[in-house]
Amino acid sequence: MTEGKTKMTIRHHVSDQLLMAYSAGQLPEAFGLVVATHLSMCDECRARAGAFDAVGGSMIERCGTIAMDDGSLDAVLARLSGAPEPRPEPRRRKGLFPTPLADVIGGDLDAVKWRPIGMGVRQAILPMAKDASARLLHIPAGQAVPDHGHRGMELTLVLQGAFRDESDRFGPGDLEIADEEMEHTPVAEAGADCICLAATDAPLRFNSLMPRLLQPIFRI
Amino acid sequence: MTAEDSEGNWVPAMLAIRDRQDRAAFADLFRHFAPRVKAFLIKSGMSPALAEECAQDVMATLWQKAHLFDPERASVATWVFTIARNRRIDALRRAKRPEPEDLPWGPEPEPDQADAFEMQQETDRLGKALAQLPEKQRALIERAYFGDLSHTEIAEETGLPLGTIKSRIRLALEKLRHHMS
Repeated sequence: MTEGKTKMTIRHHVSDQLLMAYSAGQLPEAFGLVVATHLSMCDECRARAGAFDAVGGSMIERCGTIAMDDGSLDAVLARLSGAPEPRPEPRRRKGLFPTPLADVIGGDLDAVKWRPIGMGVRQAILPMAKDASARLLHIPAGQAVPDHGHRGMELTLVLQGAFRDESDRFGPGDLEIADEEMEHTPVAEAGADCICLAATDAPLRFNSLMPRLLQPIFRI
Repeated sequence: MTAEDSEGNWVPAMLAIRDRQDRAAFADLFRHFAPRVKAFLIKSGMSPALAEECAQDVMATLWQKAHLFDPERASVATWVFTIARNRRIDALRRAKRPEPEDLPWGPEPEPDQADAFEMQQETDRLGKALAQLPEKQRALIERAYFGDLSHTEIAEETGLPLGTIKSRIRLALEKLRHHMS
């Protein structure tokens, strides 16, 4: 799998809009998870994210100053009892899932608690803050996922296999960004089963009682 | 005499902390950055008391995590920003920001001084370019970074001049990969 990272050709990347929101710390946790997972697979976007962080650095330099309280420096100096912590072992993936995802699941593919949702498709809802939801999808090779629209924004990151829809082909590391206008019928390619990480902020849009009642059934 | 050299380069102060636990260098960094972090956090919606507490935490983290700072990939100001941003998410949302996997190759123990200096210069250039953006555009970007815009409100076209700084970070990533493999 370590080999896969360099061989992988990623064609669909994180948008500037999403990267800026991620850098600014403004993404719901579920979207942040998808972005962090993509960045783990894509040096190009990692570098772009670094550039957006540099914009934040510039904000720190240019946002003015507010004096610290008296004795503030001494208080912090008193906390620095020892040497800086040694550099920890790098967090590195052990299987299919990059570490941001493996951390949420508590393991790799074999730790996922799948539930069937019909037509051979399985999903696992991940524990996330309530402002957006995330799930893993397992789609058998060759299988279509029923036609579906989107209520909010939906991010779909391919981890294994590939799918095609009306717009393009998405392979490992590719990120599809779908908005409400998009209706599509993704079909998993032949070969390996397709495993994706998907996140949506759709539940945010539900203000009426009915969808609230339905949400626990679909959980997405 | 402070640890900031004539070019506004704080990298030597960070390395002095990392390698020699230099408290004087830390005090210089604190005097420069802590009041900025506090202002940043207050503009992000924190009360002055909470901002004071968090700014102290950010500066303590700067010391504790000094080994993670990579001057070839980020300026000190940028690194301070990432720590402050994460502290803000933790304080205001009681959440953690999902972070990408670590690169298997960490910062080099002896960073290339020319590359580190270039990175600082690049950050300065970016700051100047930001300052020259039209007022409306700049205000939008500031609001985004102060946490005043949701991700759906952040405009599609930010027009940020990120080309060269992105290329430089990309080069640093490739160099690390090349050195370590």
